[in-house]
Amino acid sequence: MLKLENRIFTNIYGHNSPDLKSALKRGNWDSTKILMDKGKDWIIEEMKASGLRGRGGAGFPTGLKWSFMPKEVGERPHYLVVNADESEPGTCKDREILRHEPHQFIEGCLLASYAMSAHACYVYVRGEYVFERVALQKAIDEAYEAGFVGKNACKSGWDFDIYVHHGAGAYICGEETALLESLEGKKGMPRLKPPFPANCGLYGCPTTVNNVESISVAPEILRRGADWFSSLGKPNNTGTKLFCISGHVNTPCNVEEEMGISLRELLEKHAGGVRGGWDNLLAVIPGGSSVPCLPADQCQNLSMDFDTLKELKSGLGTAAVIVMDKSTDIVNAIARLSYFYKHESCGQCTPCREGTGWMWRVMDRMVKGDASIDEIDMLQEVTKQVEGHTICALGDAAAWPIQGLIRHFRTEIENRLTK
Amino acid sequence: MVELNDKNFSFTKENLKIAEIEIKKYPEGRGGSAIISLLWIAQKQNEGWLSPEVIDYIAKYLGTSQIRVMEIATFYTMFNLKPVGKYHFQMCGTTPCMLSGSNELKKILQNEIGEQNTVSTDRLFSWVEVECLGACCNAPVVQINDDYYEDLEPTDLINILKDLRNNKTPKIGSYKKRVSSEPVDNNIQTQTDKEIEDIVKRRNKPGLSV
Amino acid sequence: MSKKILINGNEFEFEDNLTLIQALEFADIEVPRFCYHDKLSIAGNCRMCLVEVKGAPKPVASCHFSLSDLRPGPNGELPEVFTNTDSVHHARKGAMEFLLVNHPLDCPICDQGGECDLQDQALHYGINKSRYKENKRAVDNKYIGPLVKTTMTRCIHCTRCVRFTSEVAGTGELGAIHRGENMEITTYLEKGMSSELQGNVIDLCPVGALTSKPYEFQARPWELTKTESIDVMDALGSNIRIDSKGSEVMRIMPRFNEDVNEEWISDKTRFIWDGLKSQRIDEPYIRKDGKLVKATWDEALNKVVELVKNTKPSKIGAIAGDMTTAEEMYLMKLLFDKLGTDLYDCRQDGSYITNKFGRASYIFNPSISGIEEADGLVIIGSNPRIECPVLNARIRKRWLTGNLKIFNIGQENDLTYEYIHLGKSPEQINLKSMDINNCKNIIWLIGDDVFTRDDSNDLLSHIVESAKKTNSIRDDWNGLAILHKSASRVAGLDLGFLPEDSKKNAKYIANSKNVDLLFLMDADEIDADNKYKVYIGSHGDKGATSADVILPGACYTEKNGFFMNTEGRLQQINRAVFPPGDAKDNWKIIIELSKRLKKSLNFVSFDDVRKDLQKKFPIFEDVGVIQAADQSQLSKIEIKYPKLNDVEFENSIKDFYLTNPITRASKIMAECSMQKKNNGNING
Repeated sequence: MLKLENRIFTNIYGHNSPDLKSALKRGNWDSTKILMDKGKDWIIEEMKASGLRGRGGAGFPTGLKWSFMPKEVGERPHYLVVNADESEPGTCKDREILRHEPHQFIEGCLLASYAMSAHACYVYVRGEYVFERVALQKAIDEAYEAGFVGKNACKSGWDFDIYVHHGAGAYICGEETALLESLEGKKGMPRLKPPFPANCGLYGCPTTVNNVESISVAPEILRRGADWFSSLGKPNNTGTKLFCISGHVNTPCNVEEEMGISLRELLEKHAGGVRGGWDNLLAVIPGGSSVPCLPADQCQNLSMDFDTLKELKSGLGTAAVIVMDKSTDIVNAIARLSYFYKHESCGQCTPCREGTGWMWRVMDRMVKGDASIDEIDMLQEVTKQVEGHTICALGDAAAWPIQGLIRHFRTEIENRLTK
Repeated sequence: MVELNDKNFSFTKENLKIAEIEIKKYPEGRGGSAIISLLWIAQKQNEGWLSPEVIDYIAKYLGTSQIRVMEIATFYTMFNLKPVGKYHFQMCGTTPCMLSGSNELKKILQNEIGEQNTVSTDRLFSWVEVECLGACCNAPVVQINDDYYEDLEPTDLINILKDLRNNKTPKIGSYKKRVSSEPVDNNIQTQTDKEIEDIVKRRNKPGLSV
Repeated sequence: MSKKILINGNEFEFEDNLTLIQALEFADIEVPRFCYHDKLSIAGNCRMCLVEVKGAPKPVASCHFSLSDLRPGPNGELPEVFTNTDSVHHARKGAMEFLLVNHPLDCPICDQGGECDLQDQALHYGINKSRYKENKRAVDNKYIGPLVKTTMTRCIHCTRCVRFTSEVAGTGELGAIHRGENMEITTYLEKGMSSELQGNVIDLCPVGALTSKPYEFQARPWELTKTESIDVMDALGSNIRIDSKGSEVMRIMPRFNEDVNEEWISDKTRFIWDGLKSQRIDEPYIRKDGKLVKATWDEALNKVVELVKNTKPSKIGAIAGDMTTAEEMYLMKLLFDKLGTDLYDCRQDGSYITNKFGRASYIFNPSISGIEEADGLVIIGSNPRIECPVLNARIRKRWLTGNLKIFNIGQENDLTYEYIHLGKSPEQINLKSMDINNCKNIIWLIGDDVFTRDDSNDLLSHIVESAKKTNSIRDDWNGLAILHKSASRVAGLDLGFLPEDSKKNAKYIANSKNVDLLFLMDADEIDADNKYKVYIGSHGDKGATSADVILPGACYTEKNGFFMNTEGRLQQINRAVFPPGDAKDNWKIIIELSKRLKKSLNFVSFDDVRKDLQKKFPIFEDVGVIQAADQSQLSKIEIKYPKLNDVEFENSIKDFYLTNPITRASKIMAECSMQKKNNGNING
C-alpha cells in the first residue's frame, strides 16, 4: 500500500478545501520559481528521467513528448493544451483533481508550459463537468491574484496565461487532435496524422496535449526528484497512479497507488474487495472501456502496469478498473460498450462510422441469443476490419472489447446462441 | 448585429458580457473557438434548448454560416434541438453505471417522466440516456441540468423527483455517506490540513536545492 | 527536392512535395478512392486508398501521406510502399464492405448507374455476398435546391460536396450534421443552395446521392453520344461535353481544362439544355399585315433580298449577338463589305470597346490561370461572381492561399471572398487609396459594363495609366484584364466586326433613323426600332418577335465554329445534334443570302469559310492557345488625365440565370431565378 509519505494527491477526496490557502499547506506552489530557474532543459530531462508515462491512456512517456516541441519559438506561438475531457467509461480521476486539487494542476500547467516555451495554456474540460470547471476557474483566479500565473508568473520572468475551455458532450474530443479541432470551434473530428500537434497543433502552432493527471504530478516529480518517482512502481512503469475502481466491488473509489500493485491488493485494500468475495470475480476491464477484459483466472496475480497488461493483450489505459462479478451478463456488459462506441463515433471515416454500428447490432442480437454461431467469427473479422484502418484510435477502442470478449468468453456466447 | 423583434433571440446584457469574455480567451481572429461556450450560454438563456432563432443569432454573432453552427449544435450531445423540461435529466447508461443499477433508474424515469426526449405534460421534466458522465466510482449517476446526483438507489431517484415536483432542492452529489469518491466505509485515513502540512514538510525535495 | 522510393519493390523518383496517391498515379498504379479529389482539401475519410508503408504500424491513407513524411529504413534503406500486400487488400476490402453495408441496392433505378465510383470499385474490391444481416439505414432526402436531387440513403459521407461548397464555391451552404452513423449532409433547414456553381457537386458525388434533378431518369450514360465542345453562356469558354441521345441534348458536363475552367462549370452552362428544346424557331416566318406567318425558305429569303434591294446600302446594318461564331460574323462582314457598308457590330450592349488600341486593350491579358500568380487585384465595375462564376472561383482559389490584396470599385456584392470596397464610382479609382505598392503582379479587372459608359475611354485611359504607374504592364506581366460577358465579343473585335466610325455603335445602328434595315444575328438583348428587321437565330425571343423576316438558325450545340474567350484563347464548338425542323446552320443561311443578293460568297464548305478566315486573320489558326497580345499598341491610348465622375458603376446582369434567349426558354433557369429571389426557400 502506498505510503502517505509518497502520495502526490493529498486532497483527492476533497476532505480539505481546494482553495489556495489550503493548497499552500499541501505544498503546492512551493518554490515553483526555483524549479523554473533551473531551466527548460532541466525540467524536460527530469521528466524524462522520472519515467512518467502519460496518464491519459496511451502511456506515452511524458518527458519525451515535451521534448518533441521545437526548441526555439519561431513565428508561431507554442501552446499547452490539457485534456480534461475525461470520458473514457470507468474513468473519473481527473474530475477529482479539477475540483479538489486544482492548484497542483495549475502549477503543473505553468511548469509544463514553461518547459515547452508556451505562454498560453488551454484546459479543455468536458461539458458535463460544470461544477469542476467553475472550481478550476476559481482556483485560476486565485492563482492570478497571487501572482502565480499571469505576467511574470511566480516572479520567474515568464508570462503565462491559462484558460478554461469546455466541450459539450463528445467522447471523441478526448482524442488529442479532435480536441484541438473542437477547441478551434469545429466539430470534434480527429485530424489526419502526420503532422502531429508538436509540429502543427492548435491554430496550426506547435502544441502539446497532456492529460490532467500527467500535468498534475509534474510539480511533485520536479520537487521531489525523478529518482524518487522512478523508485516507485516498476521499471518502465514508474511512479504512482490514480486508479478508478468501479462496478462490482464493495466500496467503489478512486485511489492513488503505486504502479504495479496487484489487482487483488488494489481491490481488497481500497475497494472493499469484490462483491461476494474474490472467488465471485468474473472479469475485470483493467484500463477503461477501450481495453479488452480479462477473465478472473488471469487476475489472480495481476500486476497493474502498462507492460504486464499489454502482455495479456489488454492494457492499463486510464487505470479505470471495471469489476464484474459472476452475476454479470458479460455479453451485455460489452454490448453496452459497443453501443457507447457507436454513439460516440464521430462519423468521419468509413470503418468506424459503419463498423461500430454493425458491431453493436450483432452484439445486441447476441445478447438476446438471436444470432448464429458462425456470426461470432464474422464479428471477430469485422472487428479486424475496423482495427487499424481508422483515422484515430476510436475504431481500435471499439474493436478491442469485443475481441476480448470473444477471446475469453466465447463459450459464454456460444451457449447463449445454442439455447 | 441582429435586429430585434419578438421572434428573434439575442443575448441578455449579462450574457453579452460573458460572451465577450469567452471570445477574449482566444487569440485575435480566433473567436470562433468560443462557439461551444456561446451556444451553451444561449441554451441556458433559451430554457435549455437551441431554437432556429438561437442558431441564427449565434451564426451572425460569430460571422459564420448557420449550417456551421448547426453542425456544432448537432455534433455535441449536450445541445438540445428540441425543448426540454425545466429539469432535464441526463441518465448515464454506460457499462459502469449499468453494472451499478442504472437500468432500474431508467425504468423509473420512463414511468415518471415518459419517453426519452419528450417533455412531461407539466413541462417540468425531460430525460435522455447519455453516455459515460465520468463519475463511475459514484455510479449510478444522473445529471440534472448542471448538477450530478451520485450513488443513487431507486428510492433516491424517486425522492429527487418528488422534491423537484414540490419545488424543493434535492441534495447534490453522493447519496451514500461520502464526500466524493472515497471508499464509503471510511477505511481511508483522513488527514487535516495541518497533518498534511507536516507530512509535506518532512519530504525530501532535492528539486528545490539550488 | 526529389526523393527515391520503392513501390512494390520497384524504384521510383518523385518530388517529395507529392502525396503518396499522386506518386502512385505517376507510377501508373491505380489507387481506389472516394473522398480524395485533387481540387479539394484532403479529408482522408473513405479509407479506400490505404497502402502499406514499411515501418508504419498500420496502413496509411495515401491521399494524405506526403512523400516527405516517408523515412528511410534503419540502415538508410529506401522507404518502401506496397499497394499489393494482403494487409492492403484486407483494408480496402474492409472499407468497401463497410461502405456497402448501408448502401441501398437500388442501382437499377439510380441515375448514377454506369458512371458510379462505388459500383465500379465494388466490382474490384467488393465481396459478392453481403454478410450484413441488419436493416439498412434509411436517410430522409433533403431539399437543397431545384438543381440537385438528393437520395441521401446512398450517401457514403465522403464530404466532397461539403468541401466543394466551402472551398471552391465559397458559399459553404452544405454541412454534415449529427455524428457517427447518423451523420447527414444537408443545407441549413433545407434551404436551396445559392451558389452559381452548385451543379458541380453532382459530378463530385462518387455515388448517386447527389444527382441532376432535371436529368432525373432521362437516360443511361451508355446510351449517350458524347461531343466535346465549348460553353457560350459567358466569355470564359468552359470546356464542355454535350451528351445527346438521337436529336436531343440530354445533358451538359464539364471537360477538364486546367487553364480555363479546371473541372468546374457554372449552373447556367450545365442546366441550360432544356432551353435548347423550347421556344425554338424551326421554320422561316414573314410578317404579313403585322402578323408573323410561316413561310418557305424560298419566300423568306426572297423577302430579305427584296428588302435589301429596296434599301440604300448605307442604311443597312447588322448586329451580332453574344453566341455568334467567329465564322458567322466573318461571313456577314464579307457580305456587308460587298454591299459596301460597315454598319455592323458585335457589341449589342452598346459598348464602346474597340480594337483600335490593339488586342492587349480588350482581352484578359493575365490569362485565367494567371490569376493564381497575382498578388493584387483591382475590380472595376464588375461582378465577376455573376458575370463569370468559374473565373470568380479561380480568384477565390487564389485568395484562399493568402497574400492577395483585393480592391473593388463598383457595386458591393458578395463575391465569396473578402475585398476592400473603395466606392461605387470612377472617382474612387485612386492609387492613393490602394495599398498595392508592394504588389508585384496586379490584375486590373475591368468589367464589360464599364465600356457601355459614356466615359469609357477616359476610364480606360485612367486605368492604363494607373496600371503603368504600378508597373502592372511590363514584359512579363500585363495586368490589364477585361472581363467580357459575351462569348463572341473577343472574336468579333479580333476580326473587326464593328464599324470604323466609333460613334456608330450598335445602339446607334439599332436606333438611328438612318438605318432602315437591320440584320439581327442571334441578337436579343438590344431594343431595335429600325423600319425593317431580319432575325437570323434560334429562339422566339425579343429579336424574333419584332422581326419582319425570321430565318431559323442553329444553337451552339447544333453547329461548328470558333470562339475566342475573354483571355483571347481560340476554342471551337462542335455540333452534337442537328437544328430542329427546317432550321439551318447559320453560315449556310448567309451564303445562300449572298447568292440571292448576287454578292455571292464562294464557299462550298464550312471548312472553306474557316480557312479563309484563318488566312485573313491568322489569330484564328491555333485552337486551344492564346496569341499573346502586343502591349506596345496600348501606347495608342491617349493618357488624358481625365476628371473622373461620380456616376456609379452598374452591373447590367440583374439575374444570373436569365441572360440570353436560351436561358429565357429554360424552365430550369426560370426556377433557379425564382428560387434566388425567394432567398433559397422552396415556396418563397
